[in-house]
Amino acid sequence: MKRDVVTSVLAVIVFAILLGLVYPLVITGVSQVAFPGDANGQKVYVNGKLVGSKIIGQSFAKPVIGKNGKPEEKEEELVTEPVLTYFQSRPSATEGGAYNAAASTFSNRGPNDKVTEEDDAENIKVYLEQNKAYDPGLSVSRVPVDAANTSASNLDPEISQANAWIQAHRIAALRKLSLSVVDGLISKYTSGRGLGFSGERGVNVLELNLALDRLTGGTH
Amino acid sequence: MTFAGWLTIVLFVVILTALAIPLGTYMAKVYSGERVFLSPIFAGPERFLLALLRVDSKSEQDWKSYAKSLIVFSLAGWLFLYLVLRTQDAFFVPHALNPQGFHSGPWNISFNTASSFVTNTNWQFYSGETTMSYLSQMVGLTVQNWLSAGVGIVVAVALVRGIIGRGGKSLGNFWADMVRTILYVLAPLSVIVAIVLASQGVIANLSNYLVIHTVTGLQQTIAMGPVASQHSIMLLGTNGGGFFNTNSAHPFENPSQFTNFFEMLSVLIIPAALVFMYGRMTGNRRQGYAIYSAMMLMFLGAVIVAFIAEAHGSPAQHAAGLNTHVISGSTGGNMEGKEQRFGIAGSALFDVITTVTSCGAVNSAIESFTGIGGAVPFANLSASEVIFGGVGTGLYSILLYVLLAVFIGGLMVGRTPEWLGKKLEAREIKLAGLGILITPLAALFCTAMATATKGGRASISELGVGPQGFSETFYAYLSQANNNGSALAGYTGYIQPNAGNLGAHGVTFADLLGGFDMLFARYAPILFALAVAGALAGKRVTPAGLGTMRTDNPTFVVLLIGVIILVGALTFFPALLLGPVVQGLTGHLY
Repeated sequence: MKRDVVTSVLAVIVFAILLGLVYPLVITGVSQVAFPGDANGQKVYVNGKLVGSKIIGQSFAKPVIGKNGKPEEKEEELVTEPVLTYFQSRPSATEGGAYNAAASTFSNRGPNDKVTEEDDAENIKVYLEQNKAYDPGLSVSRVPVDAANTSASNLDPEISQANAWIQAHRIAALRKLSLSVVDGLISKYTSGRGLGFSGERGVNVLELNLALDRLTGGTH
Repeated sequence: MTFAGWLTIVLFVVILTALAIPLGTYMAKVYSGERVFLSPIFAGPERFLLALLRVDSKSEQDWKSYAKSLIVFSLAGWLFLYLVLRTQDAFFVPHALNPQGFHSGPWNISFNTASSFVTNTNWQFYSGETTMSYLSQMVGLTVQNWLSAGVGIVVAVALVRGIIGRGGKSLGNFWADMVRTILYVLAPLSVIVAIVLASQGVIANLSNYLVIHTVTGLQQTIAMGPVASQHSIMLLGTNGGGFFNTNSAHPFENPSQFTNFFEMLSVLIIPAALVFMYGRMTGNRRQGYAIYSAMMLMFLGAVIVAFIAEAHGSPAQHAAGLNTHVISGSTGGNMEGKEQRFGIAGSALFDVITTVTSCGAVNSAIESFTGIGGAVPFANLSASEVIFGGVGTGLYSILLYVLLAVFIGGLMVGRTPEWLGKKLEAREIKLAGLGILITPLAALFCTAMATATKGGRASISELGVGPQGFSETFYAYLSQANNNGSALAGYTGYIQPNAGNLGAHGVTFADLLGGFDMLFARYAPILFALAVAGALAGKRVTPAGLGTMRTDNPTFVVLLIGVIILVGALTFFPALLLGPVVQGLTGHLY
């Protein structure tokens, strides 16, 4: 018994140092040297300013300025409105505002919950309001599922191609571009399947929006 | 359903099998004490570590001695982890390793978390990026990701040694087995997987959280951390505790279509290889193939059901008017709680893989799975983690079932049951039976406690109305009893106030019940498995006769599957009917 106790204590200390300090620090160090971009979160800069991470989704909305000239808040969350000249990301239900990457969370909406149906219906309504004017054929049954459902991490950086193609009508009209130019950009920022078969194609919203800005010289 | 989806499933099975067979051979050599190609590198460190721990690797242990070392070691690991979590903001923790200044964990959540990681469960009643310092993630959680995996594997190895033992008492040496497991099996794989993941976008840094000003004038804070090193061993050791709250759905843990496939292989590679190792060590590889076939058939059944159900979409989606068919540029299906890059197949396959094994990592929200799709993880857990199962736990658990199947088969043909030349007698059958029943007992007892009391119901989420609330509760204790760790994540063990870094308040009832659930359902079956090993080790081997029932042919595969399903179904059907089955059979919204 005493022998086991001594060995156990020694083992916990030795393994804590080896596996808890040496191993993670070596892996982190090697990654920092070999893949600095990936290891640090694929930061994206515009004119030297950090504007996001390529693989973390974000909200393309702006704060609503209230009558007192300050950004409006409701229940300690910033009130925002979507900037329609940008492609919009999937709905996100993180706390403290959409796409809060300091606190990823599942939405935990059940398959048979009324709340899920209501949230879906609300997201569909918003999507139609944003896009129907530019894509008159758009109806509820044509709204892609990813545009109405929240993702798992609620930080999904991508939207489906179907979603992007519909929004392209709006972007083309508002930015005065031809639809084929916008569709071309969508193809350019669509990720492929892993090894040719794994997963699904998705369009990176941040990269696509930044490419649009480069093309039309900003939005404002 | 898409062609690429089906192709993913088929290719996954092919690649997995192709990789697991050579790894199984390698591991059989490692645990038989033979030289392997890594011996020149690791023989030195192995001797050094054993000397450091004052272990005489030549000294052999019987099952009681082996079990004693295992229990004392686990207890020491538990205390150390609890201490780390409780002193997160103590004076000796350097700021660089707690850059966000997180407070120490409260006693109840720390109890649950320590129990969770030491038992290879990785149930998480905390949220990584809002409560855990980098030091806790590394020295606390990462270390137990290794050690709990090692403990599972060595128990399986000890049981196999008992099965093939020739009249002695020895099961090997616990410490020597642990050191060999860490050096020869886990370390090389973990380093390779970590580097591959880091090269594909899994982050690895010790930076402060990034603060970003977006192009539309919003501010976004992005959590950082040394993720790659922890993520790789959490997959390989079938631990499953995510660095971040949303686990392998978080883009920093699982950035791309490729990493998703790679991570799925990482989870299943060791549990699959262990089965082939078993076949090789018994001297008849067909024994391994038979068990592998049984596992694979049940696994494929689970994957196919989950994929079809999720591709079909949910009642809530249909009620809202969504079209869930495949259209050009979108796969349709139930995308609630799923990431675009993984799609339906990549999500269904991942979650089946991590619930058949005791991994419990998730890349999509199980709570948002459809009734039938969500019933698949339930069914996987109800089979008591024998469909591949956790590293080691899967093998020793299914071997107990094999024993039971041989016994039942023996009764059917009316002969004394024999297994690999050893007569099975009352003692082994009793021990195996108890070992099998412990986990369901713990799961059902805790579920009953939690649904019958106010303290238990407090953990049900606001959205958990109707059968969903029962499903959440049942899944929580089923998952913890099986040391899985995946969750219908609405069920909570903490309340986090919106107060910056003040940490969370634990829900004591759920934290304690869950903690004891995990500890009991981990160590009791281990003791029974080791006792079976001890009982078998001493038996003499008699050559197989004409009347011996073979355990390496298709008939036995069918019998084994039958026994597993029968035990699981008889124990869990009533509970399953109240939750996921109700949801699967009705389009009613609650």
